[in-house]
Amino acid sequence: MCTVCGCGEGEVQIEGKGKAHGHHHHGDGHHHHDHGHDHDHGHHHHHGDDGALDYGAGEAGAAVPGMSQSRMIQLEHDILSKNNAYAAENRAFFADHGILALNLVSSPGSGKTSLLVKTIEMLGERLKSYVVEGDQQTSADAERIRATGAPAIQINTGKGCHLDGHMVGHAVEHLAPQDGAVVFIENVGNLVCPAAFDLGEAHKVAILSVTEGEDKPIKYPDMFAASDLVLVNKTDLLPYLDFDVDEAIANARKVNPAIKVLKVSARTGEGMDAWIVWIMAARGMALAGHPLGTAAE
Amino acid sequence: MHEMSICESILNVLKDQAREQNFDSVKRVCLEIGPLSGVEIEALRFGFDVVMRDSIADGATLDIIETEAAAFCFACGKPVIITARYEPCPKCGSHQLQVTGGEELRIKELEVN
Repeated sequence: MCTVCGCGEGEVQIEGKGKAHGHHHHGDGHHHHDHGHDHDHGHHHHHGDDGALDYGAGEAGAAVPGMSQSRMIQLEHDILSKNNAYAAENRAFFADHGILALNLVSSPGSGKTSLLVKTIEMLGERLKSYVVEGDQQTSADAERIRATGAPAIQINTGKGCHLDGHMVGHAVEHLAPQDGAVVFIENVGNLVCPAAFDLGEAHKVAILSVTEGEDKPIKYPDMFAASDLVLVNKTDLLPYLDFDVDEAIANARKVNPAIKVLKVSARTGEGMDAWIVWIMAARGMALAGHPLGTAAE
Repeated sequence: MHEMSICESILNVLKDQAREQNFDSVKRVCLEIGPLSGVEIEALRFGFDVVMRDSIADGATLDIIETEAAAFCFACGKPVIITARYEPCPKCGSHQLQVTGGEELRIKELEVN
C-alpha cells in the first residue's frame, strides 16, 4: 500500500497512462523507474540493486518532495481506545453480575448529591445501592452518601475534570457490589469533559436544575446527546424563577430527539416516583440474561 | 479541558506503537478530529506541545485534519451536512437527525524515525 495516501497496489498510477481514478502524486516518484536513461545531473537518486531508479525505495516506500525518508505509519487508531477498553471491561463486569450502572452528569450545583441521597432512601430495601463519587477534591459527598447507609467510595481526580474507565474500574473493585445491585457513578460536576469518557455505564443521566438556563442543552450539546435521560431538578423553585421548562425540554430534544425527560424535586420529593420507576425499569434490563433475572420481580 | 488527557492518551499510543513498530522518535503526528468530538483544537495544540515535551515525540509537528459533521435526516430521508448537534436539517428544518459522522478522534498516521 502507498504510505503517502493509502491507495492500494492496484491503484498505483503511472503518470501519463491515464487510469480512471486520476490519482497522481505529481513529481513524487510514486512510480518505479526501471527504464535505464542516463543521469548526469548531480542530485541524489536512490538506486536499486538492479540499477533502477527508485524514489520509493526509502523507508517510507514512497517519496514526497520536501519530506525525508523517515517512516510513515498508518494508524487509524482511536485516541480514546484505551479508555474504551477499560469501559468495556467494566461493562462486562456489570453484565456478569446483573448490576445496573448509571453515570450521573451535570454542572456543579445542580443538586446531584442531594438527589442521590433522596433516591437511595426511596429505593431502600428494594434495590441495594452503591455509589462512586467523583470530585476534584474532598470526600464530603461520599460522607453524605454513607450517611444513608449505602457504601460509597470517593475518587478525587485532583486536576482532572472527569472520571475515566480506569478509575471507575478500580473504585468498583473496592466497592465489591453484590449481584443485582445498582451502582450510581456521580461524575465530576462538568457538562463538557465527562461526555467523551465512557465508564461502562448502562445510561448517562443528565441533571439540569431550573436555576440554570433553558439553553444549557444547546450550549453543551455533547452531554445531552450522550445522555438517555434528563432530570430537571429543583422544580419546587419554579414559582420564583423565569425558567421555561418546556423550552429546556425542547432544546434537549433538538440535540437528542430520543432523550427522556422527568421533572423532579429532590427537596420536596415531587416527581421522584417517576425517577424510581425509570431506575427499576433500567434495572430490569440489566438483569435480562442474568440468573437473578429469572426470579419474578 | 480534557484536551490534556487526550494528549496523554496520544502519548500512550505513541509509546505502545514505538515498542510494537520499532521506532525511537516521532517527527509528525496526524490526527483526524470531527467537529462533534468535543475537542477544542486550539486547546489540543497547546496541550500537545506541553505533554510531548521530553518524550519520544518532543518537538513533533501536529497536523490536524478537521472532518465534517454529517447526519441523516429522517424527515427528508437523506444524508445532510451539519456543523453542530443542535442544528436543524439545513433542507427542511427538522430536528429528527441521526448524527452519522463528525465524532472522529483518531490518530491517522505518524511519521517516525
